[in-house]
Amino acid sequence: MLGRTANGLYWMYRYLERAENTARLIATGQRIALTRLHGSDDEWRSILQTAAVSEGYDRYYSALTRASAIDWLLRSENNPSSIYACIVAARQNARMVRTALTGEVWEAVNAIYMHCNTTLKRHIPERDIPASLISIRQRTALVRGMTHGTMLRNEIFDFARIGTFLERADNTARILDVKYYVLLPSVTAVGSSIDNVQWETILRSVSARGGFMMEYGNSFTARDIVNFLLLDQRMPRSLAFCTSKISDNLHYLTASHPTPPPSCEQIDVIQKMCLDNNISTIFEFGLHEFLQEYIALLGVLSRQIEIDFRFYD
Amino acid sequence: MPRSTNFDEMWGTEDVPRDPYRNFLSWFEKEDPKRLQKKQIESEELFRLTGITFNVYGREEAEERLIPFDIIPRIVSASEWQKVVRGIEQRVRAINAFLHDIYHRQEILRAKRIPESIISENSAFLPQMIGVSPPGNIYTHIVGVDLVRTGHEEFYVLEDNARTPSGVSYMLENRETMLQMFPELFSQIKVQPVQTYPTDLLRSLSACAPPLTPSHEPTVAVLTPGIYNSAYFEHSFLADKMGVELVEMQDLRIIDGRVAMRTIQGYKTIDVLYRRIDDDFLDPLNFRSDSQIGVAGLFDVYRSGGITLANAPGTGIADDKAIYSYIPEIIEFYTGERPLLKNVPTWRCVEKESLAYVLDHLDKLVVKEVHGSGGYGMLIGPAATKRELAKFAKKLKSRPANFIAQPTLSLSTVPILTRTGLSPRHVDLRPFVLVSPRSVTVTPGGLTRVALKKKSLVVNSSQGGGTKDTWVLEN
Repeated sequence: MLGRTANGLYWMYRYLERAENTARLIATGQRIALTRLHGSDDEWRSILQTAAVSEGYDRYYSALTRASAIDWLLRSENNPSSIYACIVAARQNARMVRTALTGEVWEAVNAIYMHCNTTLKRHIPERDIPASLISIRQRTALVRGMTHGTMLRNEIFDFARIGTFLERADNTARILDVKYYVLLPSVTAVGSSIDNVQWETILRSVSARGGFMMEYGNSFTARDIVNFLLLDQRMPRSLAFCTSKISDNLHYLTASHPTPPPSCEQIDVIQKMCLDNNISTIFEFGLHEFLQEYIALLGVLSRQIEIDFRFYD
Repeated sequence: MPRSTNFDEMWGTEDVPRDPYRNFLSWFEKEDPKRLQKKQIESEELFRLTGITFNVYGREEAEERLIPFDIIPRIVSASEWQKVVRGIEQRVRAINAFLHDIYHRQEILRAKRIPESIISENSAFLPQMIGVSPPGNIYTHIVGVDLVRTGHEEFYVLEDNARTPSGVSYMLENRETMLQMFPELFSQIKVQPVQTYPTDLLRSLSACAPPLTPSHEPTVAVLTPGIYNSAYFEHSFLADKMGVELVEMQDLRIIDGRVAMRTIQGYKTIDVLYRRIDDDFLDPLNFRSDSQIGVAGLFDVYRSGGITLANAPGTGIADDKAIYSYIPEIIEFYTGERPLLKNVPTWRCVEKESLAYVLDHLDKLVVKEVHGSGGYGMLIGPAATKRELAKFAKKLKSRPANFIAQPTLSLSTVPILTRTGLSPRHVDLRPFVLVSPRSVTVTPGGLTRVALKKKSLVVNSSQGGGTKDTWVLEN
């Protein structure tokens, strides 16, 4: 496979994952805004921070309002991480790697693009936002489904998966990091319930509310939530889960290499972070410090993958 | 339906359905017109979803546009097709012989069959190719011969596209769409398949590989300028169907005297490069030094026999409009036979008497730029206003060598489906030809381009033309 093709696949799936995560974030923000008695737009700040688009927002807007935050996240062409921009970039990459994709995957990507190109080009009235977000998530799910159902399990698939899980791990880590203060043991004594709205934000923004309740029932403690999103091996958006998927695919890719490239060693280190820790050691080390280190290591890994697999000349 | 005065391929000139269309028409007449209208719309959705688009330069909003597709097929009988194929084979063999000669001994110039100036003063002649023999002596691996029809037996060659002819993906996807929409038609009418093209292309390209690689299957790759190129869809389509890599210039590098592509496991040597990029941009060291793209030294590898470029650099001299008028002489010179396919009579404006004639009859002629393509910069006399004619005459007088003129042929028509039923429109045909040392293969079918505007003679997709599926019937 060409290095450029690997690059295109990796980014195509990163962008699709990012679009989906942003859609989930907006839906969560909307829900909080609508279910609070004393509405305030503060929650949108942390959502912008989670999506890492807060500084960009401030360059274009003087005040924080729900409408403009949603616009920025959903359809702004000035925000390179807006859903619209992600879909355009995903499709651009898909076009570049068209020969590596099955017809089904390509058509599914092209279909989201065509959908967003008509629906996200103009202002979306508030009442249409939920439906718009649902249809974006459904359409990205279709690409994922087509990928699973039609693509050969070869190196093409490996790069698709690595892109997906790297983006997802980064997203979950950011959600936790933006909210880490509400999860600190000093704020909420170990075992006590935390602010209803806060836990909902966190769990909903990774589609984990139902899963969490299956595991832990109705009592939402900081310790359990952190444990679930960081270390649970069966929760498909947890750091431990994403890390082990990246690790699997990187090792498949390099199985025939005489010596494993640096990126393999790096993922082993990240993997160890998840396996060797438990919730007590993480709180002891500092949740924020742990997440910061994790995010930084992912960034290093991403750059090393580019080098190891010759994404660029 | 309203009849046109020229030859209609469905109705002939006598308003009786012509043989190749008989079965189709008996099906068509039983169809509910509303269902067909629906199918017409459905076909557009199919095309848009599969992403068959072409980019139009300089149009931000319409960055990717669909070429309109008409669901009424253009049908040719097996015997008509046989004649066309024989003519094309003869022409393509002559063109390859001409290219070899013109870059080697130049016998045709010594024999004074064509004027020397037409080669020496032609910017399409590539001096770098002098003395270079491409592997297997094949210059034009892929050719798209543009044909027009004026009567039952009357086919004319309009242009020999010997550089990088495009449109073959439309031939294939048009058929795919028809198969999906009208499966019942294909079980009633036996149509020769076109789907073998990608396999034939790969086999033909592989057969032209440099002789250095006898032990393994040659590595073939398609070279594209990138996703912003207007024909990018076709480049990726062909690479996909052949199962080969689609490379860009940035993927290539010269390693140990061979061209190699950057893969995730290091550089891999390429034997045959089907390049969809102009000569000028291949190699900044050997061609345009101001070119930002290209692989420095690629042509040196080529000259030393390390890679096959399809088509060979410098083939533009064979489809140049100035050379076109000499193709009958070229065929006779190299094959010793009379040309089987006709050339459109052509006035070379560089010749004094011709220029005078052209200026006198401007309102009846089509005038083309010698190096133009895509229908740009051309004058259609009968459709032009007085002012346009005067303006063009001025241009013509100032640089006569830049132009040729041809009579306006009364192109055949094939009906398209309009809201009010069938209506005749002018068409042309581009069959696709593969050339290897072993064989010349013409895929039964081709790209039928159709002018969608009533009475218009311009079929170019960049100017509002559409396409049709082209059926060659089984015997």
